[in-house]
Amino acid sequence: MVVLPRRGLLSLAAALLFAAAAPNPARAQSETITVASTTSTEQSGLFGHLLPKFTEKTGVAVKVVALGTGQALDVGRRGDADVVFVHDKAAEEKFVGEGFGVKRQDVMYNDFVIVGPRSDPAKAAGKDVGEALRRIAGAKAPFISRGDRSGTHAAELRYWKAAGVEMETAKGGWYKEIGQGMGPALNTASASNAYALTDRGTWLSFKNRGDLAVLVEGDKALFNQYGVILVNPEKHAHVKARAGQSFIDWLVSPDGQKAIAGYRIEGEQLFFPNAAAGS
Amino acid sequence: MGVTVTLRDIRFRPDGRTVLDGVNAVVGPKGITAIAGPNGAGKSVLLRIIDGLLTADSGSVEFQGTGARPVRRAFVFQKPGLIRASTAENAALALLPMKLPRQEAARRVEEALAHVGLAGRAGDPARKLSGGEQQRLALARALLTEPDLLLLDEPTASLDPNATEEVERLVAQVAAGGTKVILVSHNLAQVARLARDLILLTEGRVAEQGSARALLTNPQTPEARAYLKGEMPWLSYPAAAC
Amino acid sequence: MLASFAAAVSLIGTFDPEVIRILLLSLAVSGSAVLIGCVIGLPLGALVAVARFPGRQAVTVLLNAFMGLPAVVVGLIVYLLLSRSGPLGGLGLLFTPTAMVIAQTMLVTPLIAALTRQVIEDSDRELGESLRSLRLSRWQQARTLLFDARFSLVVAVLAAFGRAVSEVGAVLLVGGNIAGHTRTVTTAISLETQKGDLPLALALGILLIAVVIAVNAATTGVRAFSMRRYG
Repeated sequence: MVVLPRRGLLSLAAALLFAAAAPNPARAQSETITVASTTSTEQSGLFGHLLPKFTEKTGVAVKVVALGTGQALDVGRRGDADVVFVHDKAAEEKFVGEGFGVKRQDVMYNDFVIVGPRSDPAKAAGKDVGEALRRIAGAKAPFISRGDRSGTHAAELRYWKAAGVEMETAKGGWYKEIGQGMGPALNTASASNAYALTDRGTWLSFKNRGDLAVLVEGDKALFNQYGVILVNPEKHAHVKARAGQSFIDWLVSPDGQKAIAGYRIEGEQLFFPNAAAGS
Repeated sequence: MGVTVTLRDIRFRPDGRTVLDGVNAVVGPKGITAIAGPNGAGKSVLLRIIDGLLTADSGSVEFQGTGARPVRRAFVFQKPGLIRASTAENAALALLPMKLPRQEAARRVEEALAHVGLAGRAGDPARKLSGGEQQRLALARALLTEPDLLLLDEPTASLDPNATEEVERLVAQVAAGGTKVILVSHNLAQVARLARDLILLTEGRVAEQGSARALLTNPQTPEARAYLKGEMPWLSYPAAAC
Repeated sequence: MLASFAAAVSLIGTFDPEVIRILLLSLAVSGSAVLIGCVIGLPLGALVAVARFPGRQAVTVLLNAFMGLPAVVVGLIVYLLLSRSGPLGGLGLLFTPTAMVIAQTMLVTPLIAALTRQVIEDSDRELGESLRSLRLSRWQQARTLLFDARFSLVVAVLAAFGRAVSEVGAVLLVGGNIAGHTRTVTTAISLETQKGDLPLALALGILLIAVVIAVNAATTGVRAFSMRRYG
């Protein structure tokens, strides 16, 4: 008789599904939370450093979805994450103000730097951020913008405004918004010898630098504050409030702050803990 | 025993092209009835309408001889129509609609294959059989449906003389067993060997019907004469009386 | 480019368990999607091929059109469905391998069904009359033709697997590219490219292509052997 091996197929499918659903036997912890964070934090490798310490201490596993700050907050708004960990204070306060988050807490900062070609056609090296951006715009030197509503993008727009450069009118062929993450922005800058604003962490772990180098750094205005927020369980009942809060508590605790300070690439510290003690 | 098929004014016009133009005939109840005629006369189409594979635009096909039970029909095509599976699996296709217990189905398949001389080939891939073996397999598969009426459409047209002879022997045996057989063939020698009755079809109409021997030796209508003369130019008929 | 390539080749020799796990997840997710796609798509395509019903032409057009569904659009739809704020949010499936399987199943099922319909329709032209004369039901005809065409259908299944295992848009959106959890070879390639680690990205790419070639070669070998046997 002609009989398709249907039952065999189905059980194989079930087995594979099961394998897909539980690919990692180490993930047998009692609870798992989802954290929506930024590409810069994920790509710097910070989470790879922090999360094992946290999980070892509490038994709570953390899944990190890395997106732009704007997208990460959207994921929180939809209730698809328990915690958001991002860097755009104004947007974060709006998120809490709308009732999507319980409370915003400072965790740490890193700093932005302006990278550009070593030849520095705009003569921006060593200037403060305002002067550097004015020179880049004046020279119409190529500049790559994230253009993706991320925290870094928001910061970049603030810096242009503070520098007195009206982007609406100054925009031209030299200013390219690529609508992608930090890595693609740096790849593009590297490929076209352009200037770009980047967080130091992503820059330090970025390998495809080409002819790019850090030209502007150390200006107090380049300070980049990270905040952490528990998604409001009153908006989304399934939010794992207890486990999520334990992650936040650990981040701002002396233990967590020490772990953040301890993360280094090539000897350089990337993130500087500054949680308000006891807040 | 023995099925009678009554064809009444069967017309078939796909896409406005006339294939059958009012066929009237009574077939059966005994022996093999052959349908012959030139290419394009509508023989194969008529056979498919009798089977139900095609539906006539008008006219009727009626069956008698099985009482209240519907007449079971089976079809063997010029191409055997075998799937990429073993000989036994191909034969077993015929039993799918009956939903028999597995063992019973296997027993019947074995029997049917033995009947057509393929007992030793049950496990072989069907498409690796010789042309004659494939056609005998198609015949075994048709017979597994236990037909009252067996429809054969040029079953030996692609076979060599030895294979043809074997298939003909089996067909004659089936008919001798009481199953009504309708055979479409353009091979008049085969018709003469096998058929009791003959229907000559030309241009979608019955040109002449009657006993095969009488029709082949002494055709009455000009169409029948013209066709037989074309097929067997060495024959000569006495000038028509009309 | 050449330097990246050389670095990539040397990296392949030193793959750690994390890379193996990423590769296994890719294979498990895409394999599951293709299997479910077969369970739905093969009978669906075969039935559309043998059945005669009003609107059959429209179904065929739709199936063919859906072969080219953009992965990122499917990802977005599944994301909106599975999001906590979406209709199926209660299942809590977003950012899980299951969500990735669902998205890829939606991608490959129309592909399998459309290719199956084409293959079975050709097979039906050759064998359909014989099967109908045996009074097989539509479903029995479909099943028999599927069996008959199994060697040709392997190509459809391989095409579906290739599409699933190589797509990045849908798994990235609904899986979230979570390290150790939903990171597949393609999302890892995307991540490493973003980090500017082009040699590692390329090495992962070479690995993926090698696996796809191996799967295709093995399948083609089995297919050729069986075809010789069954003619």
